Amino acid sequence: MSNVPQELKYTKSHEWVLAGDDGQVTIGITDHAQELLGDMVFIELPEIDKELAAGDECSVVESVKAASDVYAPIAGTVIAVNENLADTPELINEDPYGEGWMFRLQIADVNELDGLMDAEAYEAIEAEE
Amino acid sequence: MTAKQTPLYQQHIDAGAKIVDFSGWQMPIHYGSQLEEHHAVRQSAGVFDVSHMNVVDLHGSGGKAFLRYLLANDVDKLKTPGKALYSCMLTDDGGVIDDLIVYYMNEDWYRIILNAGTHDKDMKWINSQLPDFPDISLNERPELAMLAIQGPQAIEKFSSLLSDENAGRLAELAVFQAYEIDGMFIGRTGYTGEDGVEVILPGDKAAELWKQLMTVAVKPIGLGARDTLRLEAGMALYGLDMDETTSPLVSGLGWTVAWQPEERDFIGRAALQTAKQNGLEQRMVGLLLTGRGVLRSHQQVQFTDGSSGEITSGSYSPTLARSIALARVPASVKIGDSCEVDIRGRMISAVVVKYPFVRNGKSLIETEQT
Repeated sequence: MSNVPQELKYTKSHEWVLAGDDGQVTIGITDHAQELLGDMVFIELPEIDKELAAGDECSVVESVKAASDVYAPIAGTVIAVNENLADTPELINEDPYGEGWMFRLQIADVNELDGLMDAEAYEAIEAEE
Repeated sequence: MTAKQTPLYQQHIDAGAKIVDFSGWQMPIHYGSQLEEHHAVRQSAGVFDVSHMNVVDLHGSGGKAFLRYLLANDVDKLKTPGKALYSCMLTDDGGVIDDLIVYYMNEDWYRIILNAGTHDKDMKWINSQLPDFPDISLNERPELAMLAIQGPQAIEKFSSLLSDENAGRLAELAVFQAYEIDGMFIGRTGYTGEDGVEVILPGDKAAELWKQLMTVAVKPIGLGARDTLRLEAGMALYGLDMDETTSPLVSGLGWTVAWQPEERDFIGRAALQTAKQNGLEQRMVGLLLTGRGVLRSHQQVQFTDGSSGEITSGSYSPTLARSIALARVPASVKIGDSCEVDIRGRMISAVVVKYPFVRNGKSLIETEQT
């Protein structure tokens, strides 16, 4: 079974969201997603200051096996990206919820976070696959 | 249809395999990390379950005449018992029905190893050609399992499990040569660009050999690494690099077509000769991505003169830590030419290189071409 931390929010497309106190959120892909894709070899990250709408394709994670889009779980402006992924994309495999984080958004509306799934709901999605 | 399992299915599960459907077979794609498995084969030794492949025995005195007609390469080149030959099996139009290895065991016995994904059409085709040839019986051997043991330490490790007599035979075994002993058919062949053997044995004996290999630190390797290993080795994959719509001459497989002797008629010969006389418009080359990203099948390749080609198979090369591909391009393209590949809507720089990219653990690219 893959790891689904309780404190995070999730999307159907297998992104996780960590909400900070200041309207900033950190985003990555789930343990389940990295397991499905296998060894990461190339990560394309969004540009700083880019404004994203919820559901925008904003990043690509590419494993030996396949490329997969990553979608913005929530609307916001890109304020940071994980530069370490350029040389060590395997951080996503090794630590998907920690060192393998992908980008940070300054979100416009914190209420939008309520539209995301909690850990229990995401586990149910995983179980269906 | 229920997916088939090889006699080693339980071993895969026990080794933590992620199982996928491959041409109707439940096969291991990896056992945790495709990259680590790839490196294990380049640096030490790994074992692949390739029992899904189709082993066919041809018995009878008519085998040679039949195969000389059926295959584009010429089995008459095989003079030493056990010697193997790689060949394409063509349509009348010169398209590739499948690629295969044929072993000449003796005058009355040839063994052919065909792909799993093409099983039904291969057998239909072979059987349809058979009535014109006397003194042959065709026997599929689904009860046999096949293990590929590959890597610089593969033969040493495998040898340590064998009887003295068997180990002695193995030590003398030439490349592309096979022998039979102790119920095992052992060929010094593979699909990785490393030294090693492919072992065919009864399915009910396969798990025992697998377990013994684990005790001498031979790592289980999935189909994922099999693909990156063969791509680095510049070996064509049926269905991607060639199929019934492409001839071996535009698939980097012209060397497998035996034109001599001229009087040998084989299926597809006339079509290939016409294509050759008219001048081949395309050829297969290697590509090395210089920009960032990963090359994949069907991506378009643009050259500076406006001509274009297409990637037939591409991936990330774990040995080179860059992306590589095989591509079918205009015949005018030269080694060293630069080009751009359309990767998901962006044009990324690449360079045309000779392949294979890697042999016996060593890159053939950095020193010679970049």
